[in-house]
Amino acid sequence: MAVASLRRSVLSLNRTLRGSWCQAPDLRPVCVSACQRTPERSSVHARNTFKVTMVPGDGVGPELMRAVREVFKAADVPVEFEEIHISEVHNMASEEKLDQLFTSVRNNGVAIKGKINNPMAYKGDLASYEMKLRRKLDLFANVVHVTSLPGYSTRHNSLDLVIIREQTEGEYSSLEHESVKGVIESLKIITREKSHRIAKFAFDYATKKGRSKVTAVHKANIMKLGDGLFLQSCAEVAKLYPKIKFENIIIDNCCMQLVRNPYQFDVLVMPNLYGNIIDNLAAGLVGGAGVVPGESYSDEYAVFETGARHPFAQAVGRNIANPTAMLLSAANMLRHLNLDYHSNMVSEAVKRVIKQGKVRTKDLGGYCTTEDFVRAVVNNLGHQSVY
Amino acid sequence: HCVFQPPPAKYGGQHTVTLIPGDGIGPELLNHVREVFRFSCVPVDFEVVNVNSSRADEDDINNAITAIRRNGVALKGNIETNHTMPPSFKSRNNLMRTSLDLYANMMHCQSLPGVQTRHKNIDIIIIRENTEGEYSSLEHESVSGVVESLKIITRLNSLRIADYAFRLAREKGRRRVTAVHKANIMKLGDGLFLQCCREVASGYPDITFDSMIVDNTTMQLVCKPQQFDVMVMPNLYGNVVSNVCAGLVGGPGLVPGANYGRDYAMFETATRNTGKSIANKNIANPTAMLLASCLLLDHLKLHEYATTIRNAILTTMNETRLHTPDIGGQGTTSEVVQSIMNIIQKTGPRTVAYY
Repeated sequence: MAVASLRRSVLSLNRTLRGSWCQAPDLRPVCVSACQRTPERSSVHARNTFKVTMVPGDGVGPELMRAVREVFKAADVPVEFEEIHISEVHNMASEEKLDQLFTSVRNNGVAIKGKINNPMAYKGDLASYEMKLRRKLDLFANVVHVTSLPGYSTRHNSLDLVIIREQTEGEYSSLEHESVKGVIESLKIITREKSHRIAKFAFDYATKKGRSKVTAVHKANIMKLGDGLFLQSCAEVAKLYPKIKFENIIIDNCCMQLVRNPYQFDVLVMPNLYGNIIDNLAAGLVGGAGVVPGESYSDEYAVFETGARHPFAQAVGRNIANPTAMLLSAANMLRHLNLDYHSNMVSEAVKRVIKQGKVRTKDLGGYCTTEDFVRAVVNNLGHQSVY
Repeated sequence: HCVFQPPPAKYGGQHTVTLIPGDGIGPELLNHVREVFRFSCVPVDFEVVNVNSSRADEDDINNAITAIRRNGVALKGNIETNHTMPPSFKSRNNLMRTSLDLYANMMHCQSLPGVQTRHKNIDIIIIRENTEGEYSSLEHESVSGVVESLKIITRLNSLRIADYAFRLAREKGRRRVTAVHKANIMKLGDGLFLQCCREVASGYPDITFDSMIVDNTTMQLVCKPQQFDVMVMPNLYGNVVSNVCAGLVGGPGLVPGANYGRDYAMFETATRNTGKSIANKNIANPTAMLLASCLLLDHLKLHEYATTIRNAILTTMNETRLHTPDIGGQGTTSEVVQSIMNIIQKTGPRTVAYY
């Protein structure tokens, strides 16, 4: 639907341009991007720009998005960003902005976002904007691919694991109430349908990427019915994948094993809260929240963000945030959009900068600023830029 | 056997489809399909499952069947069946169709204006029962030198295929359904098939139903094929009639085929040729496989992509007249595919620029 409307607008634009300039459409690329007018380049067909929703969010989100824009501009990536500024803190909550965001993601199909912070105080709505976004767009699967960065050594090197987390139910159902004064009940919801869905996603992901093992993480010894249902659903789905090994592990043992011997895990699948904890734990193993990219999938849409979602409000304006996670996530987004050449270019450049070790932000033990890092990435891009 | 029906394999807008390369020209044609899909940014990921036709055990084919159960949709080349193997060795293609219960094979034969044939204006839909009939693989030698082959016709399957035929005819706005049989000889077997078709026909008063014996059918097809509209028939007659019709419109390289079941769908060329003699020579006709991939896109409800690719194929066939040797031209497979991709780039919404 969006593709058809874009095509229609481009065709009509093409027609008017052709009329006024009397040139064949192949020679004069139609510039539909909102950035400054670029000189003609024969290798890029501007008719093929992809439209992506961008949500800077709170905290250092805007700075990271600026980094992504700079790198994309230097690499001539045919992506046009549609920015939506949305925030929930400091009395900036607005329902219209949220609706605008939904429509935008529905039209474009792909989004890149920073963290939208949740106000701590209870303001009448138990579900935060991020939760509403995930539920409305049905972004049920969150994938965080944790890999060690070459050139930056941690206590665990050559790590390669994937964490798949169910994102729409579980402990994050926003169902809480105070039936008796001083007594709060929070409901954790596990459904068979959603457990089947996330398990199938995990096994399909493992098949696609050539992984050999999927481990379900649970606490079915305590929550016998809830996590028991999750485990049973995973086992049912595992029958369809005879080539992939299926195991399960309790969450407490899993956390301990991750810090002692994380190499035993391959793909992990789990409900919402455990996923949150394991995501952050695994990110810590390879270098922190600044280096791990993450993505969320629904049937129709894909949203790219960082793996460990922190707004990092203390760093706003100080130019110290690490843009690696956001840049690697942007490279994953390009791969999803079928722009393999650009995706490889961006991710190679980021990895080269980290490997060289000369330009490092504060969280990796260096002294450079965000802007220094971005400049180093731009210099390392293998592309012939006009600038 | 899976206990539940898994949800469709679509994540982030990308569908997952099982791809079985098969033998002969299958692998090279399916590579071309992947090339065209990647070029047109079609949101389909292929899961490639190889089936080795020379192995006697059934692991490979069971693997392929499980993969199709997971993904729900498949695109395949033909897997060769070695005639010298013992009778316990079942045809791999047949095994797939029966395990997944893909009971209806649909083939749409249309004359293409750019292809030179003896007959013009042919537009026939052939619906063939895919799981029983003469292909039941039930044979035995009770007395030495005497072999009995069983042809199975069941009421349930006949009703099912007749219902599919009439529903399809109504959907596509067709006026007439013809049942092809040999009930004068196989009075009980084909008689049951015919009776089931008549029962279903009574529920569709807007569609004319008639029947024709298979020998007369084949003769009419080569004299006056324009008289047929939709045809429904058991397995072996379907094989024969579909090959005749494919020959009438220009050959096995032009017609795509689809196999539908209740839960799964599998797309391939209509006449299921392995093409071993022309394999890897770059002369095979990619049209049938590419049109089959368009049927796949229609099944996944990606109609825009399907129309773009289909129009590009038909434009190449009809306007540029770039033909492969099987329809009398001089072009190679790669030239035809390149021409199709050029047309997609000019007319389509979005393509990946090559560097």
